[in-house]
Amino acid sequence: MKNKYSIFSLIKNAFSYHENWQKAWKDPQPKKEYDAVIVGGGGHGLATAYYLAKKHNMKNIAVVEKGWIGGGNTGRNTTIIRSNYLWDASAGLYDHALKIWEGLSQELNYNVMFSQRGVMNLAHNLQDVRDLKRRTHANRLNGIDAVYLNTEEVKKFCPIINTSPDIRYPVLGGTLQRRAGTARHDAVAWGYARGADEMGVDIIQNCEVKGIKRNGDSVEGIETTKGFIKTNKVGVVAAGHSSVIANMAGLRLPLESKPLQALVSEPVKPVIDTVVMSNAVHAYVSQSDKGELVIGAGTDDYVSYSQKGSHQIVEGTLNAILELYPIFSRMRMLRQWGGIVDICPDASPILSKTSIKGLYFNCGWGTGGFKATPGSGDLFAHTIANDEPHKLNAAFNLNRFVSGDLVDEHGAAAVAH
Amino acid sequence: MFVINCPYCGERDQQEFKAGGEAHIERPKQPTELSDDEWAEYLFMRKNIKGVQFERWNHAHGCRKWFNMVRDTSNDEIKLVYKMGEKPPLE
Repeated sequence: MKNKYSIFSLIKNAFSYHENWQKAWKDPQPKKEYDAVIVGGGGHGLATAYYLAKKHNMKNIAVVEKGWIGGGNTGRNTTIIRSNYLWDASAGLYDHALKIWEGLSQELNYNVMFSQRGVMNLAHNLQDVRDLKRRTHANRLNGIDAVYLNTEEVKKFCPIINTSPDIRYPVLGGTLQRRAGTARHDAVAWGYARGADEMGVDIIQNCEVKGIKRNGDSVEGIETTKGFIKTNKVGVVAAGHSSVIANMAGLRLPLESKPLQALVSEPVKPVIDTVVMSNAVHAYVSQSDKGELVIGAGTDDYVSYSQKGSHQIVEGTLNAILELYPIFSRMRMLRQWGGIVDICPDASPILSKTSIKGLYFNCGWGTGGFKATPGSGDLFAHTIANDEPHKLNAAFNLNRFVSGDLVDEHGAAAVAH
Repeated sequence: MFVINCPYCGERDQQEFKAGGEAHIERPKQPTELSDDEWAEYLFMRKNIKGVQFERWNHAHGCRKWFNMVRDTSNDEIKLVYKMGEKPPLE
C-alpha cells in the first residue's frame, strides 16, 4: 500500500529530513509470463497499464521500457492540452482525455499540475479566420467550449502580442478554449507509474524489446535484453519507434518518423499566462512555472531517428515568435531538443488491433500526443482487455487506410501537424 | 545542418532541398486490378527504416530536379546520391 501524499505526510517527512519517503515504484526483474505486456514506458504506455489494472482487473501485467520511464517524448514536449479538434471522431477522443485530466491529480493522488490557463489559436489571413470560425462552431456542436476572438479581444487576453496591422502575418483574430492548458509532463508519467505499481504492475526499465515471437497469426511473447517474456497480449506504445517494433512482427505501418523540435528560454518573471499557438507561422509559446518560455517548432520533412532537427526549423519559428512578441527579442535560449514523432498520413493516431491476434498498436500521435495521454491509456486498455475498440477509438483503427475512412485532421486541426 | 551533394549541381546547403519520402515505390501497372489492401500498401504503408534507407529528394531551390539518396536515418549520414531512373545500389 502506498502512503498517501498530503500536507500531513509532507510535514511528517520533514521531521526525518525527507530521507524516508517511500519508493514511488519498485524496480523489478521480469517474470517468465504475464497476461499482457506494454512496450514503451512513456505517459501513454504507463496510463494503459494503469487503466488495465484499475478498470479491467488485469494485475499480472508489465511495462517494458528500453530507457527509463518518461525519458522520451513524454519528458520532452511542450505540455499543451486542448481538445478543440474539428472532426467528431477527434473531438470525442481528445475531449475524453481532457475530462480525465480535470480530475487526474485527485485520482492519482499525484499533482500533475494541470493548469487550465486556456489555449488561444491565432488567425493570420482570411482563410485562417474562416477555418477557425468553422472549427469554433464544430467544437460547440460537440459540446467543447470555444469562442472566437477579434483582434482587440486577442490583445486584451494576451497583451504582449503585437497586433499591429503592419507585420508580415497580422493577427486578424483567434479562438480560445478556456478549459485547455498545460500539465507537468514528468509528473504524468510518474503519477501513472506510481498508481500502476501500487496495483501490482511490473515496471521494467532498461529492457529493450528485440523481437516479437509469433505462433502463426498470434503473439506468443517478446524477446528482450532481459530475456524472453511469455505473453498472449502485447500492446505497443513506442511512438517514433513504432515502425521498428512493427517490423519485428512482420507488419508495416502507415507511419513516418520525423524530428520535432522545441526549445526553452532562460527563466523570467511571469509574462504570458496562457498558451498561444499560431498555425500559419508555426510557432507556439507558453511559460512554465519555473518561468521559462516553452516554444514549440515544427518537424523536418525527412525521416530521421537521430533526435536532431535542422537549424532552419528553429530559425523559422523564432523569426515568427519575435515578430509576434517583440518583447522577447533579448531572451536567451537555454536548450533545444528534437524528439522523434510518428506521423500518420491523416495526422490522426492509431489505437487499434492488428492482423496478428494479441498484438495491438497505439501510435501515430505525431506532434500532439501528450494532451491525449489519459484518454489514450484508457481507450487502449479497453481495446486490449476486450480485444475490441471502445466506441471513442473505433474510428482510429488501422483498417481506415484500406477502407479510406480517414480522420483527416491535417490542416483542419488548430495547429500544423 | 548538413550539405547535400546534388547529382546535377554539386554540394549545396540542405535548406535548398525538399525530402520526398521513400524511393522505389513503383506505381501499380494495372491500377484497375488492385484490391483495397494493395492500394493501402502502395499509398500509405512505409518501411520507415531506422538505419540505411533509400529516399527521393528534390533540389527545390536549385535545379528543381529529383534524385535518389541513400541515407542512414539513425544518424542522418548521407551514403550516396544517384540520379532518378538509375538502379538502386545493392549494398
